[in-house]
Amino acid sequence: MFMRNLLFCFCLLLCHAAQSANVGPNLGKPAPENLVKSWNIDVFPDGEGLPEGSGNAVKGKQVYEAYCLSCHGVEGSGGSADELAGARHSLTDNPPDKTIGTYWPYATTIFDFTRRAMPLDAPGSLSHDQLYAVTAYLLYLNGIITEIDVMNAQTLPKVQMPNRDGFIRDWLPQK
Amino acid sequence: MARQTDLQPVAGGGLLDRRLFLKRGLSFSVAVALAPEALASDEERLPWMQKPGEPFSNYGQPSLHERKTIRWTMGNSMAPGNGVSWTPLQDLEGIITPSGLHFERHHNGVPQIDPDKHQLLIHGLVSKALIFDMQTLLRYPMQSCYSFVECGGNSNAGWRDEPIQTAVGYFHGMASCSEWTGVPLRTLLDEAKVKGRAKWLIAEGADAAVMNISIPLEKALDDCLLAIYQNGERIRPENGYPLRLIVPGWEGVLNVKWLRRLHVTNRPTMARNETAKYTELLPSGKSRQFTFVMEAKSLITNPSFGHKLDRKGLYQISGLAWSGRGKIVKVEVSADGGQTWAEAQLQEPVLSKCFTRFRIPWQWDGEKTILKSRAIDETGYVQPERDALIAQRGRHGYFHYNAIVSWEISPEGSVSHVYA
Repeated sequence: MFMRNLLFCFCLLLCHAAQSANVGPNLGKPAPENLVKSWNIDVFPDGEGLPEGSGNAVKGKQVYEAYCLSCHGVEGSGGSADELAGARHSLTDNPPDKTIGTYWPYATTIFDFTRRAMPLDAPGSLSHDQLYAVTAYLLYLNGIITEIDVMNAQTLPKVQMPNRDGFIRDWLPQK
Repeated sequence: MARQTDLQPVAGGGLLDRRLFLKRGLSFSVAVALAPEALASDEERLPWMQKPGEPFSNYGQPSLHERKTIRWTMGNSMAPGNGVSWTPLQDLEGIITPSGLHFERHHNGVPQIDPDKHQLLIHGLVSKALIFDMQTLLRYPMQSCYSFVECGGNSNAGWRDEPIQTAVGYFHGMASCSEWTGVPLRTLLDEAKVKGRAKWLIAEGADAAVMNISIPLEKALDDCLLAIYQNGERIRPENGYPLRLIVPGWEGVLNVKWLRRLHVTNRPTMARNETAKYTELLPSGKSRQFTFVMEAKSLITNPSFGHKLDRKGLYQISGLAWSGRGKIVKVEVSADGGQTWAEAQLQEPVLSKCFTRFRIPWQWDGEKTILKSRAIDETGYVQPERDALIAQRGRHGYFHYNAIVSWEISPEGSVSHVYA
């Protein structure tokens, strides 16, 4: 029994040693709150992180035609870049059509990705109103909302995407 | 001299004992077998022996005679910074990929970052949000890890109906391996004091796509590294200068380049690259999500498509194997289309989540045959045949193709890709 306890203590020490090997000199500076606020552009499916602003598909069509159409094609398909709308096949057809309407599980992702990365030649240049409007237009093209539905921080997270339950998590937390 | 027994096949198609080339005294007979018929020149002093050579250089470059050993690039014509470049695996040996040949996947080009203006922010479910500049990070205790980085979409041509006929690097070369050196991520997360309910970490880059992705906190605290150096020098711009997250063994997209922000959260953000992309559609119409681990893979890099065997005789088959689950414990090679298999020699040291070089001698009889390799990792996972992988996943998953690769050798010695 004594030996077993001793062994247990030894194991504890080893674990402790492994952890303390990561101790650093603690040189990080406190990040000012306004810096965190301006850098943090993460948007979550429940709407956390969505900024103020709004727009509908009617306005979004103008944004799309000015900034997106040249790569993504008329009404979201037939361009050189990813097909966004106009699926003619389902996910079980050969070949399957993976568009926003058939595949994307969360509407908030459209806003988040467009704000981060689009348009490719001038990322970050669209206003929040323009971003909500073009998001609304893409949802409208996919038959998910109407042309006059207004998208904003409250309405966008409530949009039910057709493929919302289409994903199986391969990785699960170990605990 | 080789004893006759050394040259006895250990499996079909002429595979020989993996230790053959390692045995003392065998090199001579092998050299004779491989010697060319005529020497390149019989001049006593070739031109470069008759005058002084080139002066010193500030940064060495490959020989002018190796100009063909390059990354093949494939950018979008409408957006040249959105695309990939491939590691020419067919031209390389050993386990380390030269930094200038490491594969690339950019979403909107390579940012030219001024290191004096680059900062890393850690915030969210932590006791104190912290910010670090590069000079500060360089003061931290560093560690190295030898780790492959492989794009989740690597080898995706394997899903096609017809076997693609292209160099192995242009098929499987969205995988590369480096020594990465930097600060363990855990050190900084411990400094910021992660709160108990935290489960995920959202990493973001400082490129024009402001690319972001969610990573389980468990992995972040396990073996992730904030890499500052690659193969001994500061990371190249196209590989994430000045700071890159290394997530050993997991999909390349998680290894965020130009890292500038880590957001500790209780849930994933559901970014485009963890929903619309890097998820795998199954025949049922459902998709696998968060398929982080790159499963065991192996491929013969020599001989492979584009190589030519000029005559029958003794060859060394050489290839790479790796697994995101840990160490490779065995690679088996077949020279008869998978009927019989022989164990290849693994180059030491064999490291976890790192390229592992395998080699085996092979006596080619000049007949048509098919070469294959299969990897087995320390968890017992065996690299699957293509039919088995497709039976399990269908053909529309796009990502995570890791089936056995088959090369057909023609009687003329040319190498083509086959499904066999």
